[in-house]
Amino acid sequence: MFQPRSIQTTLSFRDKLFSLDYVLICSVLFIGIASMFAMYSTDGGEFNYHTKSHIIRFVVFFSLFLMISFFQIRFWHQTSTLIFIFVFILLLAVKYFGLTSSGSQRWLNFYFMNLQPSELMKVALILFLSKYYHRISNSDVNKAKFLFLPIVALISPVLLVLTQPDLGTSILIAIGGITVTWLAGVRVKFFTYASIVFITLLPIAISFLKPYQKARILTFLNPDRDPLGAGYQIIQSKIAIGSGGLFGKGFLNGSQSYLDYLPEKHTDFIFTLFSEEFGFFGSLTVLLVYSLIIYRIVNIGNITRSTFGKLYCYSFATAFFVYVAVNMSMVLGLLPIVGAPLPIMSYGGSSMMSIMLGLGIAMSCKVYKDVPVN
Amino acid sequence: MISTNNGNTVIKSKLISRRMFVLSVAKAVVFLGIFGRLVSLQINEATKYKTLSDKNRFREWKLAPQRGVIKDYFNNIIASNEKVYQVHITPENSPNIEELFFKLKRILNLTDKRIFYLKRKIVKQKPWEPIIVSDNLTWSEFSRLNLFLHELQGVEPIVSVARLYPEKSSAHIVGYVSEVNPKELREKKYLKEMSVPGLVVGKTGLEYKLDKDIIGEVGFQRYEVNAFGKRIRKIKVDSGKAGKNYRSTIDIEVQKSTTEVLKNKAASVCVMDIYNGDIVAMVSSPSYDPNVFVHGVDKDYWQELITNTKKPLSNKSISGLYPPGSTIKTIVALSALENDVWNHKKRIKCTGKIELFGEKFHCWKKKGHGWMDMRSAIKRSCDVYFYEVARVLGVDRLSKTAKKFGLGQKVLKGFIEERAGIVPSTSWKKKFIGKNWYIGETLHSGIGQGYFQSTPLQLCLMTAQIANGGFKINPKILTENKKDNGLRDYIKYKNENPNEPLPNDLIAANFDLKPLFRNQENINFVKEAMFSSTNEAGGTSYSSRISNKKFMFAGKTGSSQVKRFTDTQRTLEIKQKDIVYKDRDHALFIAFAPVNDPKYAISVVVEHGGSGSSAAAPIAKKVIKKVLERHEFRLNVNNEIGDEI
Repeated sequence: MFQPRSIQTTLSFRDKLFSLDYVLICSVLFIGIASMFAMYSTDGGEFNYHTKSHIIRFVVFFSLFLMISFFQIRFWHQTSTLIFIFVFILLLAVKYFGLTSSGSQRWLNFYFMNLQPSELMKVALILFLSKYYHRISNSDVNKAKFLFLPIVALISPVLLVLTQPDLGTSILIAIGGITVTWLAGVRVKFFTYASIVFITLLPIAISFLKPYQKARILTFLNPDRDPLGAGYQIIQSKIAIGSGGLFGKGFLNGSQSYLDYLPEKHTDFIFTLFSEEFGFFGSLTVLLVYSLIIYRIVNIGNITRSTFGKLYCYSFATAFFVYVAVNMSMVLGLLPIVGAPLPIMSYGGSSMMSIMLGLGIAMSCKVYKDVPVN
Repeated sequence: MISTNNGNTVIKSKLISRRMFVLSVAKAVVFLGIFGRLVSLQINEATKYKTLSDKNRFREWKLAPQRGVIKDYFNNIIASNEKVYQVHITPENSPNIEELFFKLKRILNLTDKRIFYLKRKIVKQKPWEPIIVSDNLTWSEFSRLNLFLHELQGVEPIVSVARLYPEKSSAHIVGYVSEVNPKELREKKYLKEMSVPGLVVGKTGLEYKLDKDIIGEVGFQRYEVNAFGKRIRKIKVDSGKAGKNYRSTIDIEVQKSTTEVLKNKAASVCVMDIYNGDIVAMVSSPSYDPNVFVHGVDKDYWQELITNTKKPLSNKSISGLYPPGSTIKTIVALSALENDVWNHKKRIKCTGKIELFGEKFHCWKKKGHGWMDMRSAIKRSCDVYFYEVARVLGVDRLSKTAKKFGLGQKVLKGFIEERAGIVPSTSWKKKFIGKNWYIGETLHSGIGQGYFQSTPLQLCLMTAQIANGGFKINPKILTENKKDNGLRDYIKYKNENPNEPLPNDLIAANFDLKPLFRNQENINFVKEAMFSSTNEAGGTSYSSRISNKKFMFAGKTGSSQVKRFTDTQRTLEIKQKDIVYKDRDHALFIAFAPVNDPKYAISVVVEHGGSGSSAAAPIAKKVIKKVLERHEFRLNVNNEIGDEI
């Protein structure tokens, strides 16, 4: 009876090229270029290791993003379970063969790069749950037997990552998964129950936290508690951002980062450096471009017909938003310090790879917006 | 089938969109929150954070102030500053202080004792307060330290200035500086803002007296530092302000030659300009090396200084108290004449001793001097004659005159080590000893024994005020911009116009004189008697006379007993040199020169030197010659330099 306007399973290359979201691509490119400047500055205004490898990574993964955009949406739908299982196996592998650095075991050594499977899991979980809810009818969503699998699929990777230990990434993975279940229509009361259970379990969970993680939470609550120890990062970050003022100290003139007051300036605190050098207007621009990226992905969700595409785009947009929000809130002293990189800007191959992969899938949703997944 | 599916899909996508809408609102709220935070940090509180950022970036190191220079009358430097190389540690900046000391120990050859002391000091003070590990490194040590600096976090090599005293002979006058102690920091207001490592303050002498003005102002160096406290670049240097410079009235040449004359003696020599009170020389022997105190005195040297019986640390000229002995006879005579209780022509026969209420009072000459009048009693220093004068005069009148001439009070202002001495009187004894005066003590006082205590500088001032015709002068050791009292001009005018009365306007306009006499004839009589003592055969210091008119001086010897001569010693005629050193008499001599036109007064005290005529007068002779030789030079310099400080 109801026939879709056009059901085309095959698109010409020209069609695909025209249906790409160029605003999104330009926004990502903009953030990429901004990150190169920031990285150049962290290297002390020289073309050093971090800058070089960041640029190479950006170029490689940006191309990956564009390439993936041309993949059929159906391909992602079909392989998503496989991808999830594969990434899960990688996470298990980390447990046994992972590289340990500064107390946590997060990386797998693949010769050409050290892969952090937990970063990939952020996208893989969203992909897997989107597919899962795609085929479940609305009335079945809240049935117990259909709740079982998502809960297992969500909790097992989160626990694995948590025990690496990597609190930040595990939270981000969980948020991505929860978003899909929320969007899929799982009842609000389940979330309420889950929160109650979580809150009651929290004291027990806290007792499992490492001392440094406890210190970070306490420090967040009162950064002046230990200004030279745990509170140092957050205080110095606030000083750097605040001292940037309206127009910033100027490119390569960020004294806080130059004189090494800023910790982790390549990774989690890259926004601080950017903010110090380019000031309020610079930070605002970056914030707006991130908003634009999120808006464009949501927009793809709006125009995509398939439930899989919608779920995926909305969830990925939300996850992307959470990454940005968590990182920025963290460096601005609004959240405790958890290891959460700023998408695209922060130094780190796995994070970049996972984000570009996610963006690519979203883009392929755009290209194949009218194509049914099955 | 399809339709249900489609219907299902539509419901599903509506649900999804509804829930997405909720999320989107939440996202907008969060981003607005982040935006708000950016506004608050980068716009509202930007100034605060800029200040904090600068506080991070810049670190200031205070620099110890540079003290002013002290020069002598001829602009020779007697206290200057030298560049020194130091190592400071800021404990806060060092990750491991134990390790740091271990490394430093190898580089600088620190002793374990020193390290122990430093560690204890670190515990006591605040972690950001630097401590000085070593304040005077050699260049080779300093360059070696700089070589290893990259592995010595928390260590600051500092090029600073420290006090340097090029001349040992003036050590007592200049005094010395040494590290400030907590008590001084607490009590001295001008040190309040000066808490800086390596701060030294004057402990004695001029350094103490002038400390407030000579100390200078604290400077600072501002560096940009990185998070590890490593200096990245120098931003600003304010070297502070050097303290005020001073010019002394001292003639360093006279100081030096006098020190040479006093070699191996425990003695003091003071030379004063009799008209304006300028102290030309004030030597205390033996001297010490004040430089050792600047960098913390070595224990062995310190032991040697404080155990030495000749007391090198004490400035004998102002803190040594000696009974004036026969030198007081000048004042006793003057007092008796001024009070009209004695006629100088009155004759008394000296038989070597007199008796009063059963107590025997001996003359230094056992056989006695025979018939004496006042002039010959001064000339030959007859004790018996002055016992009688003193008895008639009474101690209270004597005390009044002695005080008028500067005895019994501090005559130099601001010297911590100066002592006032004692001029006894009946009320003094009542007050301080709590007993009544008895007449025998008057007799002892008449020959400058008993309770009488005076410093060599007081004796010098006394002599100067006799020599200048009995006018009050104020001793000074620093040149002043103030116009002097015009005494020199007054005397010159009087000498040139002996028979004319002084024009009234001249007196009123130019002179500010306070005569200490009632009748100047009495002063002239004492001067004349002193002349006879040195320049007439039989005078006590006749053997030290200079017959050359240019250098001819008039003096009075004195020997003050440290320990009472016993009757047995008297009968055995024990010589001074046969008594143990510390029981020997102090030898004193006061004089003015040249006789015809007096310019300078001198006092010589040789501790346990024996008799004044043999131990003190010969010294005076040499010093007077030197001083007078340099008189013209001194006058000219004064014209050249003026009173510039």
